[in-house]
Amino acid sequence: MIKISEASIIELEVNGEKRKVVAEPSDTLLHTLRTELNLTGAKPGCENGDCGACTVIVDGWPVKSCLVLTVEMMGHKITTVEGLDNAPIQKAFVEKWGFQCGFCTSGFLMVCHALAEKHPHADEYVTEEWLQSNLCRCTSYQEIKEAVRSILGT
Amino acid sequence: MIPFKFKYYKPDTLQEAFELYSHIASQGKTPMYYGGGTEIITMSRANNIRMDAVIDLKGIPECCGIEMVGGRLIIGSAVTLSRISESGLFPLLGQTAARIADHTVQCRLTIGGNICGTIIYKETVLPLMVCESRVVIYGKGGKREVQINQVFDNKLRLQPGEILTGIMTDSCYCSLPYVHVKKTKSDKIAYPLLTVVAVKKDNNIKAAFSGLTDHPFRSREIEDCINDENLSDDDKVNRIIGFQQISVLDDTEGSSGYRRFVLKNTLKNTLRMLEKVK
Repeated sequence: MIKISEASIIELEVNGEKRKVVAEPSDTLLHTLRTELNLTGAKPGCENGDCGACTVIVDGWPVKSCLVLTVEMMGHKITTVEGLDNAPIQKAFVEKWGFQCGFCTSGFLMVCHALAEKHPHADEYVTEEWLQSNLCRCTSYQEIKEAVRSILGT
Repeated sequence: MIPFKFKYYKPDTLQEAFELYSHIASQGKTPMYYGGGTEIITMSRANNIRMDAVIDLKGIPECCGIEMVGGRLIIGSAVTLSRISESGLFPLLGQTAARIADHTVQCRLTIGGNICGTIIYKETVLPLMVCESRVVIYGKGGKREVQINQVFDNKLRLQPGEILTGIMTDSCYCSLPYVHVKKTKSDKIAYPLLTVVAVKKDNNIKAAFSGLTDHPFRSREIEDCINDENLSDDDKVNRIIGFQQISVLDDTEGSSGYRRFVLKNTLKNTLRMLEKVK
């Protein structure tokens, strides 16, 4: 049984690297990524699971890092926007003008990247289902959808 | 940030989890079983709940699987809603799960959390009610298996420390013809004004509802009325709308009158859709 009672050193696998962090059981993954690992691509928006700006990928699935405890993540593979490394979706966002102010961009990139990996032939319905998890206050929705559709094989 | 501290435990067995819960509770402290954490984290941040320890159930094998075994679909309570939808093993449950919160949240939200949480809608219960699913509960005397309709009364009636470990559904129910309709006030992703789930088995329609009252329910009176061959669809629906025992919610999501109006039309459509199925 794993037991963590107070701030402890734990190991996370982030962007393919084993990283040691200090985390309280009550710390969210978003907090740890930004303050312990200086990975600030995941943004603190609503911190309530609504906006999706803090989305990262855990074991291949998009996850809102404000809704995850850091201590839960031991043994899981975490990918942040810093770990994408010129993924096709990043190029597509540039080509299709998939952003304006950029605050929501990293979250959208992570959802779109996970979708392309999990369902490379996703249809429009599935694409919309996944994209509805994130908010863009500049309302770039159409361009974001075009960007992700351009890398899906349908 | 969560504004208070607590301890985190991740037991490997149901016995460990149950004993740990009992031990913490016996010290006058508040333990909480933890699945996906979506509700516990958001409510903790808003100071709506407070606990001294969370007991993460995701390390317990019985809570984590989804598989068809011996003609029954067994879903662990810590299985996420997206995993249920992606599996395609129980299309009605998958479709219901796919309309709760948003897709990314569904990748964390567990079926056990949806059923046992404090949010009143608990929509995943509806397919389980109409499909006569059984829940597996671990407690003082070990495991017990109960029909969900016997143990879900406004909420899942668990004794302190008891764990919902999983849900079992006969495979013949998983493939029944069904209707799932979720109506919201405006946005697609929102709490339900009304969610109706219905299946047709042996020419009988079974239906369950969420959003209409302050808890999900399945009603024998409603089903008797729906299946009364002497009544037209209009008569059935008008009778159901008039049932005084249904205490329809009246809140900012929708007035009771509007909810009844939505129920009327949704039920009519549901009956029409299921009538076409032999």
